[in-house]
Amino acid sequence: MVKKVRSHITQNEPLLFERSSPGKKGYQLPDLDVPTVSAEEALGADNTRAEIEDFPEVSEVDVIRHFTRLSTWNYAIDLGCYPLGSCTMKYNPRVNELVARTEGLAWAHPYQPESLAQGAMEVMAALEAALAEITGMDAVTLQPAAGAHGEYTGLLLTRALLESRGNPRKKILAPDSAHGTNPATATMAGYAVENIKSNDRGVISPETLAAAVNEDVAALMVTNPNTLGVFEEEIRKIADIMHSKGCMVYMDGANMNALVGIARPGDFGVDVMHLNLHKTFSTPHGGGGPGAGAVAVRSHLEPFLPGPRLKRVGEAWSWNYDLPQSIGRVRAFYGNFGVLVRALAYIMAHGGPGLRLATMDAVLNANYVRKLLEPYYEIAYKAPSMHECVFSDDRQAAKGVRTGDIAKRMIDYGFHPYTVSFPLIVHGALMIEPTETEGKAELDQMAEALIAIADEVEKDPQMVLKAPHTTRTGRVDEVGAARKPVLRWKRS
Amino acid sequence: MLDAIGAESLESLFSHLPEDVRLARPLNIAAGKSEYEIVDYFRARGGETANGYASFLGAGVYSHYRPVMVDTVVSRGEFLTSYTPYQAEISQGILTTIFEFQTMICQLTGMDVANASMYDGSTAVPEAAMMAARVTGRDRVLVSRAVHPEYREVLATYASRQGMPVEEIAYDAATGSVDLEDLERKLDTKTAAVIIQSPNFFGAVENVKKAAALAHAKGALLVYVFAEAVSLGLLEPPRDADIVVGELQSFAITPSYGGPFAGIIAAKEKFLRQMPGRLVGESKDVNGNRAFCLTLSTREQHIRREKATSNICTNQALVALMATVFMSVYGKQGLRELAQQNLSKAHYLASKLPVRFSGPFFNEFVVKPGRRTPAEVNGELLGKKIIGGLDLERFYPELKGSVLVCCTEMVTRSQMDEVARAFGAGE
Repeated sequence: MVKKVRSHITQNEPLLFERSSPGKKGYQLPDLDVPTVSAEEALGADNTRAEIEDFPEVSEVDVIRHFTRLSTWNYAIDLGCYPLGSCTMKYNPRVNELVARTEGLAWAHPYQPESLAQGAMEVMAALEAALAEITGMDAVTLQPAAGAHGEYTGLLLTRALLESRGNPRKKILAPDSAHGTNPATATMAGYAVENIKSNDRGVISPETLAAAVNEDVAALMVTNPNTLGVFEEEIRKIADIMHSKGCMVYMDGANMNALVGIARPGDFGVDVMHLNLHKTFSTPHGGGGPGAGAVAVRSHLEPFLPGPRLKRVGEAWSWNYDLPQSIGRVRAFYGNFGVLVRALAYIMAHGGPGLRLATMDAVLNANYVRKLLEPYYEIAYKAPSMHECVFSDDRQAAKGVRTGDIAKRMIDYGFHPYTVSFPLIVHGALMIEPTETEGKAELDQMAEALIAIADEVEKDPQMVLKAPHTTRTGRVDEVGAARKPVLRWKRS
Repeated sequence: MLDAIGAESLESLFSHLPEDVRLARPLNIAAGKSEYEIVDYFRARGGETANGYASFLGAGVYSHYRPVMVDTVVSRGEFLTSYTPYQAEISQGILTTIFEFQTMICQLTGMDVANASMYDGSTAVPEAAMMAARVTGRDRVLVSRAVHPEYREVLATYASRQGMPVEEIAYDAATGSVDLEDLERKLDTKTAAVIIQSPNFFGAVENVKKAAALAHAKGALLVYVFAEAVSLGLLEPPRDADIVVGELQSFAITPSYGGPFAGIIAAKEKFLRQMPGRLVGESKDVNGNRAFCLTLSTREQHIRREKATSNICTNQALVALMATVFMSVYGKQGLRELAQQNLSKAHYLASKLPVRFSGPFFNEFVVKPGRRTPAEVNGELLGKKIIGGLDLERFYPELKGSVLVCCTEMVTRSQMDEVARAFGAGE
């Protein structure tokens, strides 16, 4: 069957604290070239700790073995296809890791004189320009640290603009297929949220939207393509409806990798959007972060962007703090600069034509996988797929097997599962995003695995329900973990 | 593949997009470059910075040595190229390291629980303020003026949209520490949180016990902020605080022109359900073996949506792993010795200069205005490939002429002597 995996040895490994023994060390500091100062005298005895109780004491070899062994317990893009829908797990080019560590960039202090930071500022300016061109927007801020932080920034910009027009308004509209961050962000920005029901094609219908829009609505948050991987074909009409009532259109750019080089939000009526540089522009997810959530706006929102802003003064870059209408800072300093370096390197490596080709390959791969799986799994909506396709577990649920079980069985075949049970509008969703960096052979193997599982569900559902069978760790008792939380190690 | 799909061409996959939505021209971005050209471009940009300079800048971003082990570990593809560990069975590696991270943060801060990371120190501050508001059912926030100015700016941005009034507490003009009398005056029964930083922006160590006692007397929570994590190698952990937030940049995270860094939020156990961000918990698998998984996610946006404790999703996992490896390499003895070296270096330089504030300090202190302006001092130092301290007028107009100077283990005695000379010491 699928030839991707066979068993091999994995090492056991205790926690660092369990490896620890008194007096062990893995570091060597240089001899102090000034007199030693007594901490008790300098800081006061009350302010000084005797020791860091139970902190690890291990050797250098202990450290490398510990983390290397743990690393082998992890799945990763470097090991194979990672088809998490909406997460865009594409290959992370290693040259980007190298250039982000360039001495003069990695060690640049945010407060060093501007005359000695020109290279870093130039990198940011170049990235701002590239992202403005890709999105068709007028200005970009690189300050937000992640997608949700970008959403937050975008809604504050919306609020500031509407406030300057006399009324910040009260509500944000979001389709029922939206990411959870959208409603959570609206709350943080001081707005109530109203869900817009998707139509039977899985998209927003202009009629439903028109009925919901009034003078209380500040903005629509729309993901395009949406979380079903379906392009909102009526997006222009949607934008017109919003604009006619003085509302903004916010685009969640989580799925921008389906549009780069093909269509630009700035050209189809979007006022403000964020980009996840750790998705579309391939900066590594690193087990959950860091990301970067650049926000792009049309010119009417530009005066409100967080500061400072880059400004060209003669032949040099300068930071401009004189921004009377700015929403203020959303984080210290200028953004996740190291992530920005990687994103620019990605854009440079691809170039305009390469970025467009990457988009087309991503859409090709998703449609190919959809085609292979459609005979075995129920496609949730018939509309054409962009970069991802969403199935439901309807057929398998009849045998008592749900999307979460199929996902666990995929692990036995050597793949990371797809996104489970999202979007919420699909009952028992299997959300598959292969990305453009998978070749046909890996996609065929992945599809073959899912087809084999569909067959197993028919013949031996109990076996699937107990998956995974081959991992060093079996199904984890997540209910138990939440019921009696143990969130740190303690000496017993 | 096109044949399998039944598509004529790659372009035809987009034919359902309305004509007026599609971009009719190529992107105006130069054609793709080779790996060598990309490396060359960034080397050139790196050359247009302060490459090779010694630095006496701190102010929230510190130049500490990074053990080689750190990049060795985080460069492993299994960590670098994995996603958030929702699938516990194939994510035990990162889950275990996060559990160790949470544990070490608790050990350092004296708190009961810590999360898997926040974006950075600055954004962790408003998250703590909002958490305190949920816990106390109050909305007013008091923040020390000696908290990092940019952290306070971020707090102001968040608080104003939450309808949370923020008021500043003065610092004592003599000691540079928070003015406890001013704090007592401003505290009332509407106050949700009192936010202090230690060592504060001027480097001064705060009296946490007293600040906590004042806050608690009015039913407010004390939020302790740290920006220089190495200080915790020597300083008494802030056990009297209710919530601790901080920035781990000092733990083997390069200054990187301001990010990515890693923030933390830690708290007393009773406030656990109001914590933002991801948490890893210990459990067992079906075979009865110890296993870890993400837990208490009913606080989070993907489950609770508009009722979540925060909108945070992506955090700083890989950066937190850098800090975890750093803490493992230095360990119990090393972090103390490192902190001791920082303390000794700063006090060596301070002994040669007129120090503005009398409060105890760790590795940063303020130099009084002298005959030369900060610009003159720093200009002279730049000629010697030394970046001097921060001119405080930028954030504190009343401290015009004063300079914030930081000494880590990375500066040498001879460089410190140069700095002392530039300030006019011994003239």
